[in-house]
Amino acid sequence: MSNEIEAIRDPGLPAHVHRRADTDPKAAAKAERQVAILFLLSALGTLTLIGAYFFIPQDAFIFFPVLGDTNAHQLFLGLGMAASLFFIGMGAIHWAKTLMPDEEVIIQRHEFRSEDEDRADLIATAKAGAAAAGLGRRSLIKRSLGLSLGLVGISPLILLRDLGPLPGDELKKTSWKAGTRLVTDPGDRPIRADDLEVGAVAQTLPQIGEGVHRKLSDIGKDAVLLIRLRPEEFNLDAERLSWTHEGIIAFSKICSHMGCAVALYEQQTKHLLCPCHQSTFDVTRAAKVIFGPSARPLPQLAITVDSEGYLIAKQPFSEPVGPSFWERSS
Amino acid sequence: MKRLSQFRRHRIVAPLLLVLALLSIGTTFSMAGAATGAPITAAERSALIEEGERIFLKGCSSCHGINLEGSAIAPALLGVGAASVDFQVATGRMPVADMSVQIARKKPVYNEKQVEALAAYVASLAPGPEVPGESHLNYERDGSTAEGGELFRTNCAMCHNFAGQGGALSQGKYAPTVMGVLPRHIYEAMVTGPQSMPVFSDKTITPEEKLSIIKWIKAAEAEPQLGGASLGRVGPVTEGLLVWTLGLGLLVGVAVWLAMKAR
Repeated sequence: MSNEIEAIRDPGLPAHVHRRADTDPKAAAKAERQVAILFLLSALGTLTLIGAYFFIPQDAFIFFPVLGDTNAHQLFLGLGMAASLFFIGMGAIHWAKTLMPDEEVIIQRHEFRSEDEDRADLIATAKAGAAAAGLGRRSLIKRSLGLSLGLVGISPLILLRDLGPLPGDELKKTSWKAGTRLVTDPGDRPIRADDLEVGAVAQTLPQIGEGVHRKLSDIGKDAVLLIRLRPEEFNLDAERLSWTHEGIIAFSKICSHMGCAVALYEQQTKHLLCPCHQSTFDVTRAAKVIFGPSARPLPQLAITVDSEGYLIAKQPFSEPVGPSFWERSS
Repeated sequence: MKRLSQFRRHRIVAPLLLVLALLSIGTTFSMAGAATGAPITAAERSALIEEGERIFLKGCSSCHGINLEGSAIAPALLGVGAASVDFQVATGRMPVADMSVQIARKKPVYNEKQVEALAAYVASLAPGPEVPGESHLNYERDGSTAEGGELFRTNCAMCHNFAGQGGALSQGKYAPTVMGVLPRHIYEAMVTGPQSMPVFSDKTITPEEKLSIIKWIKAAEAEPQLGGASLGRVGPVTEGLLVWTLGLGLLVGVAVWLAMKAR
């Protein structure tokens, strides 16, 4: 036995196998019929679409397994259009695969380069054209054209200004000031402490002047959730406890992770859950994060009551509400 | 075995597996109906309370205590009010079938009359929210669908889904769907805050506003599916599932067929 490794020979291309339709006229006729049937199915689909559009009333419903009651008008429009487009494609591909020429052709690749003569010709033409236009002589045209083209180039840069202006300190402040009343959202009614039973929640916004338009971007920062617990259920330090009022605690509703509205309050566990990424905050411990991706507790709003007994903010939020941003200090 | 391993490479196997996989992805959504309500009569009150006490001692006191004082596994019922009893018992949540994470809605054990008696008994010992009468629940007359929609989106949608289909809470708990719930029970849930749900006081959401919410829920319930299949109205979850399985599956199937050589 020799130690020489036998070289693997180039097996070459496999022999071309012809399709049945190439050799058998019966098979070819069958394939032709199949293609025709597919095209006819497409035509039928289009007719279904037209029929559904004109003859099925828009409020007709039919029962469809799994889907339940389905609007018949829409359903048959959709099915008709799907069939009309799908079967055209299917027919065309079936036609190409079974009946169109089936010969393997080899095309050699060449270098993609023009003849030297043609290249020299082009350069000469361009130079002659430039000389005839007098670009070298007419400097006024040359410079003014340069100016206009240059300015066209600048204009997209100007439009970039629309990315700004920078928010400044907008991200750090809200409409809450010392003494701002909490009002219901929606309804704009001020709330008394005894309006809330233990276990109750209220969605609130800061009271703004009569007739003043509330901006959507402000609501996005100002939304506050009021929750009433039994005072003994709190597990807060003295400062945070002084920010509550008779068991009522107020948090920014804007999640400190990505800014969703956190208002899934579970009354039994006293947990607040953010619906977007399941950050869970413990209300009894000043919205401490106990689960999920949020990095900080929800900002707590210090509240008290005014002389008429309505709930008011004791001071603005002590930290920016909502998700992190670059300039945020904490 | 040999036959099977030969069949394994048959050209029909790949499409067949695909079809089987697609067929296995089928979801059904069902909505349960609910019982009907009846007005409360004041004349038979004391008889009702006695009847309620009998039912309570027999069916409820083993967990909630003989004097409604509660126990380690069940809350005290003093002051929960008739509304709470009506909601819990008439929706079948009480008596509880299994003590897992959440007490689910099921076929009620007690009939309307018995529920009424139980509610009267519990309310007689300590006052609490009352069962709203039919005259207070005329949401068609007193509610506004548009206002109800706004209130629902601000106060309810985060748990119960933007179309009221319900949604997940933490640790396996969930907010149930509000579809197919009696107006009376929706009202009672808002007033009493059952299980994980917080209370929505009459001062922060007025009774009229509560009726608006109910009107919106009933409008959402009756809304026809004009745009085709609703896929449970839970948004991107089922829509994505359908596109990624059925839609992509179809595309993969077509691509396989495209590349197959004709014989």
